[in-house]
Amino acid sequence: MTAVDMAKYQDPEVIRRTLAMKRVAIVGLSDNELRASNFVGRYLLRNGYEVIPVNPMAEMILGQTSYASLRDIPGPVDTVDVFRKPDAVPDIARDAVAIGAKCLWLQYNVISEEGAEIASAGGLDVVMDRCMKVEHARYLGRMHWLGFNTGRVMATRDG
Amino acid sequence: MSNDREFGFSTRTVHAGCRPDPTTGARALPIFQTTSYVFEDCEAAAAYFNLQEYGNTYSRIMNPTVAAFEERISNLDGGAGAVSFASGLAAQSAALFTMLRPGDHVIASRALYGGTVTQLKHVLGKLNVGLDFVDVDDIDAWRNAINENTKVLFAETIGNPGGNILDIEAVAEIAHAHGCPLMIDNTFATPYLCRPLEWGADIVVYSATKFLGGHGTSLGGVVVDSGEFDWSNGRFPVIADPSPAYHGLAFHETFGVYGYLMKLRAETLRDLGAAISPFNAFLLAQGIETLPLRMTQHVANAQSIAEFLEADDRVGAVSYPGLASSKYQDLAEKYLPGGCGAVFCFELPGGREDGMKFIETLSLFSHLANVGDAKSLVIHPASTTHRQLSDDELAGAGISAGTIRLSIGIEDADDLIWDLGEGLGALQ
Repeated sequence: MTAVDMAKYQDPEVIRRTLAMKRVAIVGLSDNELRASNFVGRYLLRNGYEVIPVNPMAEMILGQTSYASLRDIPGPVDTVDVFRKPDAVPDIARDAVAIGAKCLWLQYNVISEEGAEIASAGGLDVVMDRCMKVEHARYLGRMHWLGFNTGRVMATRDG
Repeated sequence: MSNDREFGFSTRTVHAGCRPDPTTGARALPIFQTTSYVFEDCEAAAAYFNLQEYGNTYSRIMNPTVAAFEERISNLDGGAGAVSFASGLAAQSAALFTMLRPGDHVIASRALYGGTVTQLKHVLGKLNVGLDFVDVDDIDAWRNAINENTKVLFAETIGNPGGNILDIEAVAEIAHAHGCPLMIDNTFATPYLCRPLEWGADIVVYSATKFLGGHGTSLGGVVVDSGEFDWSNGRFPVIADPSPAYHGLAFHETFGVYGYLMKLRAETLRDLGAAISPFNAFLLAQGIETLPLRMTQHVANAQSIAEFLEADDRVGAVSYPGLASSKYQDLAEKYLPGGCGAVFCFELPGGREDGMKFIETLSLFSHLANVGDAKSLVIHPASTTHRQLSDDELAGAGISAGTIRLSIGIEDADDLIWDLGEGLGALQ
């Protein structure tokens, strides 16, 4: 496997643009509250996002109706956030293009160059090997409250 | 929105971790001297305790002033984050405690601060963790000491007090080939002179009491994690498996690059309780703001003084790795191009008696048990900091009865050289 050029898919400008959009479908959202996807879904819900679970194994997750696939979701979707194995990503990317999503966001270790290329060719932004919760907390939230390195240096009050 | 420029080291020493307070506009880092925090509502409280959201619960576990200090140091080291503690030894023991369980095995350099040697030998021994000390310079010895239970390799960037310089890259490679992290005590170098994570180390610990603070007013310690070590490689069930101490949470799987740090904070710091005070964190964060300026003067003074001592017939070996005569010159050029710190030893051929007389004659160096102060310090390790070590252990750490340890401050080098000259003149 050739190494993926991650910097291309971790552009702060793209991340901030995506975080500003509020309707997020989470593919592979687990109803087990100890799983990372559940942490992220709960966090996004509590921080003003509309979260749409995509998980054929559940009817409701985090109080939201769960759908079997992206194509079953009524209405538009801004961001498709993926917690699945990398080999599932190309099909998810095709679905994301088909429903007119704006961004394909692949969580930590969900590395798929093929999926990223499908989404990019379909006009979507792509973020890879990044966590929506962490990036929200980095730019808009409280990541700095727990001693994490946000990488953000600023001297203005509204920064 | 702020720009995405990669700011330089000095800029980050004064800004990283400390944005102007959003409520009051305070430009200095506010001291949040509070034990606890009012929750917005019950759901928020539950989310904070479940670690589902970043929220303040209790200052044993997190505090905004402490967090600013932690972010500052982790930013300077290029880590994913940091957790700070009441002292350097507390930080170090917590870093180890988080990854170890009974039956595990640790490999450490023989050339370590005496308090660290004692901690490793006696505390790990009580917890039934095996330990081997190796010659820090012998790369094969590191490799040969690894067994199936080995969990971590540990050394100092610049050994205390012998001035040994660790070949970080070589030892990191050995550690990683066996699925173990390399943990480095970078107290003597500080991130200004060396950033071990950039050379492959996984965890860096500090006694912030020393050069980071620089003022000698405050105890503190900190653990910085790169976030890059794979704790799910099968060797660390204590981190990767569901934790009985946190309702079955699997820290590495759930928090990924932040898994070790979350466990270090939410379990080890919570349960062992060696929290740093907000006031100390404030003073240490304040100290870091002048780190580049101070370290520049520290290393320039240390170099001058080491050269002065080496040229004096009354003095035996001088251990400063920045000397052209040092066997560590190549490693120093690679890992410490900005200078080799400001703590080193020299030998008085007259042994213990001359050592005491020398120290008692000095008037500008203070005789005390600390290093890394802006003020110059002197001590006789065999009778103080390394007193608990056996003769063999002392020899392994490069210490004899006539060894004098200096911590060079930021005074005028001429004045320090004058004082040392007075001390040498008093010897027969």
